[in-house]
Order: sequence, then C-alpha cells, then structure tokens
Amino acid sequence: MGKLGCRHNERGTYSMGIVNHKQTNLHGMTVHTIETKKYKTTSFILQVKEPINEKNVTKRALLAYVLQSGTKDFPSSKELRSALDDLYGATLNADLSKKGENQVISIRMEVANEKFLSNSEPVLDKAFHLLSQVLLAPAVEGGVFKEGIVKKEKRSLKQQIESIYDDKMRYANKRLLEEMYDTEPYRLNVYGNGDEVDSITSKELYEYYQEVIRTDKIDLYVVGDISTDEMVDKVSKHFRFSKDRKEDDTKAVNAADEKRITEVKEIFEEQDVQQGKLHMGYRTYTTYADEDYFALQVFNGIFGGFSHSKLFMNVREKESLAYYAASRFESHKGAVFVMSGIETANYEKAVKIIKEQHEEMKKGNITDSEFEQTKAMINNQVLETIDHPIGLSEVLYHNVVAGTNRSIEEWMEGIKKVTKDDVVAVAKKVTLDTIFFLKGAGTNGNENV
Amino acid sequence: MGMKTFDQLDETLHFEELPNGLKVYVLEKKGFNKTYATFTTHYGSVDNHFKPLGKDENVKVPDGIAHFLEHKLFEKEHGDVFQDFSKQGASANAFTTFNRTAYLFSTTGDVKKNLTTLIDFVQEPYFTEKTVEKEKGIIGQEIRMYDDNPDWRVYFGLIENMYHHHPVKIDIAGTEKSIAKITKDDLYECYETFYHPSNMILFIVGPVDAKDILNFVKDNQSQKTFKEKEHIERFFDDEPQTVAKSKKVIEMTVQTPKCYMGYKEATPNRQGKELMKHELSVNLLLEMMFGKSSPNYEALYEEGLIDQTFSFDYTEENGFGFSMLGGDTGSPDEFVERISSMVESFKQQPIVEDSFDRARKKKIGAFLRSLNSPEFIANQFTRYAFNEMDLFDVIPVFESLTVHDVEDVLQNHFKKEAMTVCQVQKKKS
Repeated sequence: MGKLGCRHNERGTYSMGIVNHKQTNLHGMTVHTIETKKYKTTSFILQVKEPINEKNVTKRALLAYVLQSGTKDFPSSKELRSALDDLYGATLNADLSKKGENQVISIRMEVANEKFLSNSEPVLDKAFHLLSQVLLAPAVEGGVFKEGIVKKEKRSLKQQIESIYDDKMRYANKRLLEEMYDTEPYRLNVYGNGDEVDSITSKELYEYYQEVIRTDKIDLYVVGDISTDEMVDKVSKHFRFSKDRKEDDTKAVNAADEKRITEVKEIFEEQDVQQGKLHMGYRTYTTYADEDYFALQVFNGIFGGFSHSKLFMNVREKESLAYYAASRFESHKGAVFVMSGIETANYEKAVKIIKEQHEEMKKGNITDSEFEQTKAMINNQVLETIDHPIGLSEVLYHNVVAGTNRSIEEWMEGIKKVTKDDVVAVAKKVTLDTIFFLKGAGTNGNENV
Repeated sequence: MGMKTFDQLDETLHFEELPNGLKVYVLEKKGFNKTYATFTTHYGSVDNHFKPLGKDENVKVPDGIAHFLEHKLFEKEHGDVFQDFSKQGASANAFTTFNRTAYLFSTTGDVKKNLTTLIDFVQEPYFTEKTVEKEKGIIGQEIRMYDDNPDWRVYFGLIENMYHHHPVKIDIAGTEKSIAKITKDDLYECYETFYHPSNMILFIVGPVDAKDILNFVKDNQSQKTFKEKEHIERFFDDEPQTVAKSKKVIEMTVQTPKCYMGYKEATPNRQGKELMKHELSVNLLLEMMFGKSSPNYEALYEEGLIDQTFSFDYTEENGFGFSMLGGDTGSPDEFVERISSMVESFKQQPIVEDSFDRARKKKIGAFLRSLNSPEFIANQFTRYAFNEMDLFDVIPVFESLTVHDVEDVLQNHFKKEAMTVCQVQKKKS
C-alpha cells in the first residue's frame, strides 16, 4: 500500500491499488484523472472554491445556477437541456456546498460510456466541450449575463432559500449554525441570504463571475474508462482560460483559532410542529490536516455516527425517546453536530443523556467492541464511498481543501492506528458550544377541503 | 443453476430457485469494493387483509403492521442484529414499501458471514410483548417526523385523494393509534404467512464469485425446515376508476406552498412485459411533456410556477397505479390550471418524432447511469421480479417503443376525470 507512483514535473500519481489517481496542472486548473472500468458512465466533476464571505455568498449561489442555465451555443435552459438529452441523457447539475469556511461550486456532468450504446456515438468529446462552455462561455447578452436567465434563477434561488424553513431538520440546523458561529463566516448559509437576491444585477454578477474564473481554485475530476493522456489533451483543447488567470493564494483559509467556550448557549424557538428538533453543536479544535483527525473520526463514530453508537443505543434503543439520534462532523471546520427528533416534553431528559454519553467517552468508558466496531465501520464506509464516482471525487477533494496529500490507503492506515487513549484525548478537547431546540406546539398539518 | 448474460450491458446474472421456493440472484461486479445484499419479501403495507397460513378465516390487521414487523425483526433474544452486522464491518438497514419489505446490508468485508446473519435473522423471528411495547415509542416519533414533513404529506395526501378503498392510501407506518393495537401474536401471524421462502427473493451484487455464493446459500437453506409452500390469499375491495377526492389542502408551517397533481390509472392490473411497456411509455411521455428540455418546462419555469424541486413519475403495481407531478410553487392553483391545460393541448397535437427520440435517449442514458449503483440494481430487480418483469429488459423495451405506444397512454391515462390535486399551504395564523 501507499505511494507507488513518483512525482515528476507537473504530474503525479498518488495512490495505487485502490484508486489510480493522477493529477496534472494545466492553465492553473488541476486535472485529476481516475482510470477505472467499474462504471457504465464517465463522470466529470468541476470544483470551484473560494472562502465563504458575506459580500459574495448570495452572488456565488446565484452564479452556480445561472451557469447551468445556458451557454453561448445553447443560450437557454431548454436548448442546453436538449443538447444534453441528445448526448444520451447526459446529466448536468450545479450545486453548492460549504467545506470548512469555503463556499464550493460543484458542476457535475455524467455521460454514458459509448461502448454500451447500440450505435456507438462519440459522446465524450462533445460532453467535454459542453462542460467547458458551461464554465467558460456562458450565455451573455450586451456584455453581461442574459437578463432573462438571471431573473428566473433569482426567483428560483429565493424559493430555495425560503424552503429551508419548511424542512424543520434543515431549518434547525441552519439556526444552530447562525447562533453558534454568530461572528464567524461559517454562520453563512451556502445558498446565501434571501433578502439580498433581488438587488443583484446581471452586470454585477458577470463581474463577479470574471473574478471567479480568474482567481478561484479550480479542480476537475474525470472518472471512468478513460486514458489520462487523452483527457489531458481534451482539457487543453477545450478549456481555455484567459492569460491573466492567477489563483489568489492569499484567499486560502487558515485553520482559524477556534473560539474557547466559557458557557453553553441555549436557544429555544417555538413553532407549530409535532416533533421537537434538538440540535447541538460542539467545537473539536481538530481539522482534516491534523494528526488527531483520525481519532476524531473514531470519536464521532462511537458517539453518534452509527447504529451501534452511544447516542443511538441510549436515546433510541434504551429510552425510546427518538427515532433518530445521531452525530456527524465537519472535517474542515472541526465541528461535531448532534441531532435528534424528540417529544418537546423530553428535552431535559434527552440533553442529559446526550451529555452523559460525551462524559462517558471522556472517562474512557468505551468498550472494546464499540471501539473495534467503529473502526471497522469507518473502513467500510470509506471503501463504499469510493465505489461511487462522486463519492470518490469528494474523498480526494478533501486534500485540496485541507492542503494535504493523503492517499486513501494512508487514510485507512490512520484510522487503524488510532488507540482508545487517542479517542479519550479528543473527547476531552470536544466542547459543547450551543444547543438549539425547536419546540413543537403540536397541531401541524390539519386538513381542509 | 441458471445464468443470463446481457452482452450490451456487460453483465451476467446467476440465479437459482431453491427447493423451498426461495429465488436467489447473484450479479458479479468486478472492481467494486462493496457487496450489497437484499432479502425481500413480497409483503408490504397494502397486504392488510388476507388468509393466514394454515387457517380458514380471513383477517384484517392493524395499519402499519408490515413496517412494525420490519422494525421488530431486528431484535433477538441476544440483542440487536444491527450490532451483529456492525461487529462484522457491515451496515444493515431495512425498508417497507406498499408491496415489499426489504432487509439489507452492505459490506466491504466478509460477505458470507454477513449473508448468514442476514438470512438467519430474517428467518428466525423473536417477538415478545415487552419489545413490541418498547418499539411503539420509537415508531411514534418516526410517524411524527413524517407528519411534520410537507413533502411527504403532499405526496401521501395525493394518494389518499385517489383511492376510495385500496389500502395504498394508508400511510405505510400507520398512525400512533393503529400501532398501539399491535400485539406479538399479530406479528407472528403476518410473519408466518408472508415470510415463507417461496414469497421471497435474495439478491447479492458485488465483487463475489457467483457460484460459490449460490452454493453457500443453498447449504444454509438445506439445513432448515419450512412448511410446504402455499398460495397466499390476499383480499382487496373493488376500487372504482374515479378518484375519491379531487382536491385537498393541508395547512402547515411552511413558507413556500407545495402542490402535487396526479392521474389515477384506470386499469392497474398489468404484469410482466406489458406492465414494463406501459410504465416506460407513461414515463417517456411525461419526459416529453414536462422534461427539462420541453417547451412546457421552459414556460412553467419562466412563469415562476415551478423551480428545481419540480419532478414527475409514474408507478404501477398490481392493483394501483398513478402518475404524479409537482413540487414547490408560489401559486398552487395556477400551477394546476397550467399543467392541466398543457396536458389537454398535448392531446390535440401529433407526437413529434424528434422529441420522442430525444426523450428516449435521455431515459436510456439515465438507466445506464443507474446501473452504476448496486443498490439500484438489487432493489429494482426485486421490484420488477415481483411483478414478473426483468430489469435487464429495460433497454430493449425502450428501444421497441413507438410513437403509437406513447399516443395510446396519452389518450387513455391522462384523463381529466382521473385527475386529483393535493396542496400544502401556509398556515394562517
């Protein structure tokens, strides 16, 4: 296991065995190729990254949707979608995610492998061209984004932001982040602020777009039955950035000095819902690049990551308080989030049990089977994730976000080496910051005719 | 032992029906890390009226019992089977639909060990009054979680509107009231009737040796004894072709209204190739009428009546079938008006060959994409098999469809009188 490839000039082969991943730098964009015969499709994933910030957050969300709505050659959504359908239903979608304090635009495209089509049409080259156009040749009119597209996408984005409120789990999560990180960029929602959408002009958005393709960190992943040399040729042919493109290094987020907690914040809100939503946020002071990152993974697994975890076993199985009680963590911000749907009256009881589980871990009350099961499950999880082209690209992209160079084998080795003492040490660092509870009033959803 | 190769797809499926009636399928997926296995019974929420195995009287069981049974099967005298799987590096799960209950695991570790756990736990029920009572609190919270979910409410509300009698209109999990009545004896009665191997399919997909796995399963089954297989009698009341209710509005704490509309299928009794052809035809037509590259989609988006959440689908099983379209919308009534008039005007014009071809290409591409997913293959193959269809026929059936097939469903499925609407509106304070 480990690195078999060597690094020369601009190209490196990192991990072998599990994944054949090569990187090539071209015009300031990193092209990652993963050659595999596992899939019946070829996947392209473009990741465009910038630190999340108040000034651009809403514009950037809008930009993602405007880009997927038309290109120079196919200047309307209908024309673009028809072109994709003709490529045997190639899919194209743009989405946003927050990775640590970065707001990442992901543009994904997937096309059928020609060899499975009865009439072997050459779809790959066309797909490459189309993807490059989505990023580099958008639908423009009078030197700015087409007004019609911008208008439609503004309305859609506003509705999307509003609908977070309708999904109470997402709403409670959003409110937790706003309270917990009230003075940090991480409080920002990845889709931006609803009340800022209307005022964005096509001109302003286009200017911002130009800045994005000039200075953002851009990574392209190509996964499928491909050859790296051929892909690199195609990228050179289709992706042409302007000469003044230069990644803005000063933008890179430094692992911020995380706030120290003196007192747990407790926030209550009431809505007319049948089930209360309990969300708790912890700071861990550990991120992806850190030595004890693997111990944090194991901590989260034992705490609430699986169906054998302490939260599931105690909140659900022992006390029947909830259908779900789980924790997840964010690798680049270094946060653990607990969530559970409970009866409003059971708030004190549930919080007490959750806090106790954390205390148990600090005291080292972790059974051998909890410990070993968790490690086996994490191992299983990563291997399963990389069976999927998008999952694989996301696992690899962690390195880009964190500025590390960890192969999947090294990652798995890291988990293997974690000891119980390491987990206890991490458990002691993990600190509860904020509790957000959405209380229910209990008459939601009456029917009228 | 049987074997079927699908050259165009580069897949080989191995299968065998065992003496006890269990059907076992293995699909080798080279290069994958994960093995995924599902053990599924042809028994779901709609099977609430039946003749229990070996008895003379029909019974009607409480709503939500198939789902309750799914939860309880995981609990054994020694504890929770979830734990056994996770000790063996596998993650387990289960789900209940209208017609099926599936138990599954995925693992990158020891396949045989986990396969044994899967088969054995499903075939060795252990229900006690105490554990049944404990589960009522957990499922009660699951029901409340869904009650607060507007997408679920609007979807289910639409199905409720369509059916007068068919149990598909009953929520899969039941209600807090209906599950309160469930006893351990009820669970055993349902279990004995529906979990006979002859009513079940085991599907394994992953980097395995198919012959080896088939022999392994055979060996496991030959060591157990089962009752003789019997035909299961299930009863359904006659369902009129009309919808039960043409419109329903549910008030919830939401900011954006949601609207779904649906067409109820008049003759949902197809099986096999005929069903596949029908299902694919309606879905192809929906794609042509409302897919992202259609003029209708463009107009609706332009008018602000739909957003990214807009979707559509047609599904049919023995006894019920419906198409549905909808999502978030600022103006739910206008949405209904526009969609209905678009459907009507589509009926007035001849089908355009070009858009038929394009929609078909898109559908074929989407199907190929789904075959990257072991979960899709196992779950869909099983669903198709319970309806006497073969998942790997999808591409040839798509290729055999003609404009005439689509024309036919356009005139016969999308009837005004078969239409119903369900909306979630913002609660007035």
